Amino acid sequence: MIEVQHLSKRYGRVNAVNDISFKVERGEILGFLGPNGAGKTTTMRILTGYMPATEGKAIVAGFDVFEQPIEAKRRTGYLPETPPLYPDTTVIDYLGFVARIKGVPAAERKQRIQQVMERTRIADMATRLCGKLSKGYRQRVGLAQAIIHNPDVLILDEPTAGLDPKQIIETRELIKELAGNHTIILSTHILPEVSQTCQRVVIINKGKVVAIDTPDNLTARLRGSETMYVQVDTSGADAAAALGQVPGVTRVAESERKEHYISYEVDSERGRDVRRDLSRTIVNSGWGLLELRPMRMSLEDIFLSLTTDETPTPAAGADAPAAEAAPGVEL
Amino acid sequence: MRNILAIAQKEVKGYFNGPIGYIAVGVWALMYGWFFNALLQFFVRQSMQMGQFGQGPQAMNVNQQLIRPLIQNVTVLILFVMPSVTMRTYSEEKRSGTIELLLTSPLTDFEIIMGKFLGAMTLYAVMLAVTLIHIGVLFVYGSPEWKPIVTAYLGLFLLGGCFISVGLFISSLTKNQIVAGMVTFGVFLMLWVITWIGSFSGPTIDELTKYLSIIDHLDDFGKGVVDTTHLIYYVSFITFGLFLTAKAVDSERWRG
Repeated sequence: MIEVQHLSKRYGRVNAVNDISFKVERGEILGFLGPNGAGKTTTMRILTGYMPATEGKAIVAGFDVFEQPIEAKRRTGYLPETPPLYPDTTVIDYLGFVARIKGVPAAERKQRIQQVMERTRIADMATRLCGKLSKGYRQRVGLAQAIIHNPDVLILDEPTAGLDPKQIIETRELIKELAGNHTIILSTHILPEVSQTCQRVVIINKGKVVAIDTPDNLTARLRGSETMYVQVDTSGADAAAALGQVPGVTRVAESERKEHYISYEVDSERGRDVRRDLSRTIVNSGWGLLELRPMRMSLEDIFLSLTTDETPTPAAGADAPAAEAAPGVEL
Repeated sequence: MRNILAIAQKEVKGYFNGPIGYIAVGVWALMYGWFFNALLQFFVRQSMQMGQFGQGPQAMNVNQQLIRPLIQNVTVLILFVMPSVTMRTYSEEKRSGTIELLLTSPLTDFEIIMGKFLGAMTLYAVMLAVTLIHIGVLFVYGSPEWKPIVTAYLGLFLLGGCFISVGLFISSLTKNQIVAGMVTFGVFLMLWVITWIGSFSGPTIDELTKYLSIIDHLDDFGKGVVDTTHLIYYVSFITFGLFLTAKAVDSERWRG
């Protein structure tokens, strides 16, 4: 549905986007992840025909965006970072105008506007001026605007930016609903969003693609060894040696020592589940097993390791950031 | 064409959704009325004086001595009012980001530019239409010839078109409305006073500045003459302004 081949965009000497290639299949949701200034918006602007690329090719819904821009644009819906609203226009008039320039036939316009307003839950704001809307409603009107001509491809630039938690969840639900009929690319720098809504992720940094995969695979790929978090009550004794004896364990590190418990991080060989042996060892030693759980690297860690390391090797990527693996849900 | 109309309609609504349309038309109508009133009083006094000298009021010609100077004076008004009409056309879209909507919709640059031009021309047509009230008064109490009035208004319409096309171009260069407005005003004024150096600088420059002067071409229209030279001047001026706008929009796209 969307095919990007060796796309580059230079502003003067700055390489905003550097040789990006990826593909999105019909009905898929692709997450576009990267720090600010990574080239997400530039790539999206090229895909929507807002600006041409310096090099490369982009095909949207079967049409080259440079060769047949009108045809490609007819099949693309776009929500820019700031929803493109006219402040002095009412929501319904605004959607009417957008429907008109997007080529929705006059006979269907009214019905179509009603549909998208219900879909994005803005029907109660129909006669309000766009300039008087709250941030959440603006974003939704922006979304309504993007889907009004029922495009094959939807390109959403940070659709949940600036929304409150409830609105974020609603918007994500809406985006998921829209997938299937539409092929969606959405950009974000919020990681949980990607794991929750997207089937595939493109991680982009400094204009280059660093990784393309499913969120699960990315997590797995970067987990060089399995790490367990173990919390035991040994009434003061050190359990490290005993845990190190368990077959398959490669490393034991004490991470926290409190009055009633000690916690360890236990690395084991990849693909080997040591939980049974660990728990047996602890219980047989007469200690209290308080907690035992696998520490997975969160997308956040993956992201950091991919975008900060010079050469992200799986082993190096998993070691350092996993130490503070607090899955940060940004809500 | 459908798209051009959609944009034009949006532009006109844009003028009248906010205060700009009302203020432009209001200020224009007020000042036009003032000019008209002053010139009319002057005209009336002169005809009375003529009457005392026994030449009779018919010696004064309404078209020549009232409407023609009126049209010439009114061009000053256009100079002041027009920048406020055109300054927002592109700047505002750029500033608020709505330009992204237009440029990612299935529209050509030509359609967007023509739509905006047509929108501004519509507002200007409304402004001109308001002034017809004054002309109407003349028809009630006098008997002016209607043909020179029609050509004069045609001239004014074309002159406004030139201003709008240049204003559109300047607006497409900046995000800042104030900058667009000021520069537009400066350029208009320049086009206006360009002949001032002419008479001292030799015949060639005199001829050249006269040709370039946007006002000199209006004179014949006021006399009731539609000379193709002037017609071609105005039409090519407008075309050139719109062409520059198209180039500016296109280059902006490449520069990002």
